[in-house]
Amino acid sequence: MANIVQFENVGLRYGTGAETLSDVSFTLSAGAFYFLTGASGAGKTSLLKLLYLAQRPTRGVVRLFGEDAGALPRRRLPGFRRRIGVVFQDFRLLPHLSAYDNIALPLRVAGMPEGEIEAPVREMLAWVGLTDRGTAKPPTLSGGEQQRIAIARAVITRPEMLVADEPTGNVDPDMAERLLHLFDSLNRLGTTVVVATHDFHLLNRIPNARMMRIEKGRLLDPTGALRFPPDRGNA
Amino acid sequence: MRIGRARPHHRWLDDGQRTRAMVWIMAIMLFLTVLAGALGFGMAGAGRSLDRQLAGRLTVQLVEADAARRDASARMLVERVRAIPGVKQVVEVDRARLAELLRPWLGDAGLDAELPMPAMIDVDLTSGDPALIARVRQAARAVSPAARVDQHAQWLSPVAGFIATLTWAAAGLVLLMATATAAVVLLAARAGLDTHRDTIAVLHMLGSTDTQVARLFQRRIALDTLLGGVIGTAAALGAVWLLGRQTAELGSELLGSIALADPDWVLLALVPLVFALLAMGAARVAVLRTLGRTL
Repeated sequence: MANIVQFENVGLRYGTGAETLSDVSFTLSAGAFYFLTGASGAGKTSLLKLLYLAQRPTRGVVRLFGEDAGALPRRRLPGFRRRIGVVFQDFRLLPHLSAYDNIALPLRVAGMPEGEIEAPVREMLAWVGLTDRGTAKPPTLSGGEQQRIAIARAVITRPEMLVADEPTGNVDPDMAERLLHLFDSLNRLGTTVVVATHDFHLLNRIPNARMMRIEKGRLLDPTGALRFPPDRGNA
Repeated sequence: MRIGRARPHHRWLDDGQRTRAMVWIMAIMLFLTVLAGALGFGMAGAGRSLDRQLAGRLTVQLVEADAARRDASARMLVERVRAIPGVKQVVEVDRARLAELLRPWLGDAGLDAELPMPAMIDVDLTSGDPALIARVRQAARAVSPAARVDQHAQWLSPVAGFIATLTWAAAGLVLLMATATAAVVLLAARAGLDTHRDTIAVLHMLGSTDTQVARLFQRRIALDTLLGGVIGTAAALGAVWLLGRQTAELGSELLGSIALADPDWVLLALVPLVFALLAMGAARVAVLRTLGRTL
């Protein structure tokens, strides 16, 4: 499989503080499923931010879709971001828009004509099992429902890569498993999926998933030779 | 279920967080701007009117103690000046009218035929061409070396200068208000970016361009400016109209000439539109500059 992401000795520092990520090197193969694990504060979110272009590396090279993301001019970032779906623990839905409009947002941002939006949005609502909740505003939805809307929003444009930062952190275990199945089904359609989680119960739910573990800003397996099932004793 | 249809792109920003303060600030700004503009147009009109009235007007004074010689010289002067090409009208001011003008100073003594009063001849020229004025002056001196030719434009040049100063001051005020409006818009756009920071972060994450985000603010600020501008301009034009009516009732020729012409009213009515465009541009610049500093 071709590499969709390549990190080479990447370091990330916020302001003048110590490095949050140090010497991170790995590759992600197109169409694979990855878990990124590590304790809180280990650097999972920072690594994901580099993946979905919310940060540029302080040093090293981040290659996304074959291009040096650190050297991309600002005007090219939107085009790259449209190839990446992102899901957050806190959902980040726009509270004043309905579930339908939140899901439709990436299509509208991409400039899709209004008449062509309804069908894919309905399809997504059905996919996440919320056909009847289209008019509901996020504050009236449960955590699990909001996360499913967020997932639908992240994948409606059929991104090449889906990045999820602790997507199951605010939902109950049953819902967490349902969400994971959504990621798995998307992965089966060819999308590269990267899920950051510290919930080790989820890790063996996806048989073919690979695991990356990060500790104190360093990837424990810098060669990118990822292991599954995870070594729970070290976790 | 019919959903999603009533959500065009401009609703991406939460209207619930919108403040109406901008509308009223713009109403006040535009009220003052239109008043300043009306003053400018009125003064410019008065200046043009004064120029038209005075540019080709002269008064020739013939000072001659002997009334018979004075009257003969005056008649000769009228004939000679009338023959000059470019002279529209030559009229000797009636003696009774002169006496009437002198009454505040001389009382009834001004009516005394023995009082040696100069002959006054009003000359209207087709233009204020200096060469034409020189020919009139030459003709007057030929009739009487003591003849004095006064240009009305020179008498009233301080008034014309004052009117011109007021016109420029009004134009300066309009520019100042436009600058202040742009500054208010810059501040409002920055405050808006701060208020909607989370929404903008989500839009960026979804691949929204800075131009798309800027358009949201441009549209919103332009609408606020237009709405406030229409309110402020309507109030200002109403005030100008009332002032115009009161001025007309004073019966003063000079104050009456300050009235606005029809094109002036149209231009003033367009000020909100111009300011809305200005606000749009300022909002765009502010948003793009601020977003340009982020990733």
